[in-house]
Amino acid sequence: MNWTDEGIVLGVRPHGETAAVVELLTRAHGRHTGFVHGGRSRRLRPVLQTGNHVDVVWKSRLAEQLGHFNLELRRGYAAEAMADGDPGRLAALSSLAMLARLLPERDPHPTLYEITLFVLGFLDDPTVWPALMVRWELALLTELGFGLDLTECAATGANDQLIYVSPRTGRAVSASAGEPYRDRLLALPQFLARRGQAPTVTDTDLRDGFALTGHFLETRVLNPREIGMPDVRSRMIAYVTASRAMAPAV
Amino acid sequence: MARKTQGPEIERLIQLLARMPGLGPRSARKAALALLKRRADLLEPLSRAMSEAAERLRDCPVCGNLDTVAPCTICSDERRDRTMIVVVEEIGDLWALERAGVVNGLYHVLGGHLSPLDGIGPDQLAIPRLVERAVPPVTEVLLALNATVEGQSTAHYVREQIAASGVAVSVLQQGVPVGGELDYLDDGTLAAAIRSRRPL
Repeated sequence: MNWTDEGIVLGVRPHGETAAVVELLTRAHGRHTGFVHGGRSRRLRPVLQTGNHVDVVWKSRLAEQLGHFNLELRRGYAAEAMADGDPGRLAALSSLAMLARLLPERDPHPTLYEITLFVLGFLDDPTVWPALMVRWELALLTELGFGLDLTECAATGANDQLIYVSPRTGRAVSASAGEPYRDRLLALPQFLARRGQAPTVTDTDLRDGFALTGHFLETRVLNPREIGMPDVRSRMIAYVTASRAMAPAV
Repeated sequence: MARKTQGPEIERLIQLLARMPGLGPRSARKAALALLKRRADLLEPLSRAMSEAAERLRDCPVCGNLDTVAPCTICSDERRDRTMIVVVEEIGDLWALERAGVVNGLYHVLGGHLSPLDGIGPDQLAIPRLVERAVPPVTEVLLALNATVEGQSTAHYVREQIAASGVAVSVLQQGVPVGGELDYLDDGTLAAAIRSRRPL
């Protein structure tokens, strides 16, 4: 068995003294692990950093075995983040890798893979990536089967003045329909509600966006698996809101 | 049933040696044989040295280093520059810096780095103790952490924790290693080296 693909490094675990077990999010083969000979060598350590984009060849005698990876670096997002010195960017890389590990193994998610690469490509722009991360988390929820419907009001069917989301159904609620329940509804930031337009993304919007995705990640994905939200996500949000005041929409 | 070729004590010695880094079962046998052959000048002194080390081994309550005295030899050394603390992830990193002989300050061993993958958060690291130490006469904390996503994330976290103390925080520079040929360097290192270029 063997295949060739591309992937993003999600995690690396040392194996013995010289090898490593590497976890990738691949384009066509989903989240996949493999054994890397010499994975702790000086040559491969820079390649095996969280968030790096790599070319991969997987070989195994049987499909269900761990198999071996042969990896080659395409773009070193990790080194770029480290050189940049932006703690938010580093936290975003780690958060993204941690949350992508919620995907089932060996189940292809090409759409999420494309979105992930897109987000990684904008991590050097702090005015853009925080909003992209919110969208990425929404896409992750969709891929996990818990997509939110933010296109129309769950109560009236209207598609304007959508400012709330029901924490139970994950559907948008309009201002008028949600008014009596406003304390129990989640805020829907306008950069998520108004597709095709470019409203300014404020710090409040970002906080609301991360609160929205965080709520559904916790209640739908993490709590049933009895795992907690990664600390690094909270740190990322704290860095984002501390370091920026306003950003253009994406 | 496999035939026994030596007594249980020697078998045990080989099994324990095989757990050492760099040794497998085969090389452990070789090492054991070398020890057994040189009983008087190697096996017995080594055995005594290991017993003494095991008996006296202490975690330094100040910096987290391992030594047979507490506080450790480095922390007790009055000739050390007490205005500087070099923060490292592991004791091996401390030893590497000492080997290079370029640091005359004190150390602080964190005991790892923040690693969401392994469930290691700030509570599992010796960060509170560092915050307590980062007060006058200390004027600089050098974060000599690994150039990995986790290492650098840890560096930023530590910097935030000690920011209130007003102590200057520095990090290691990255670039071309001594003897390094540009053709063989990874893109990230090259980029870091270019960014941190200096006038000649």
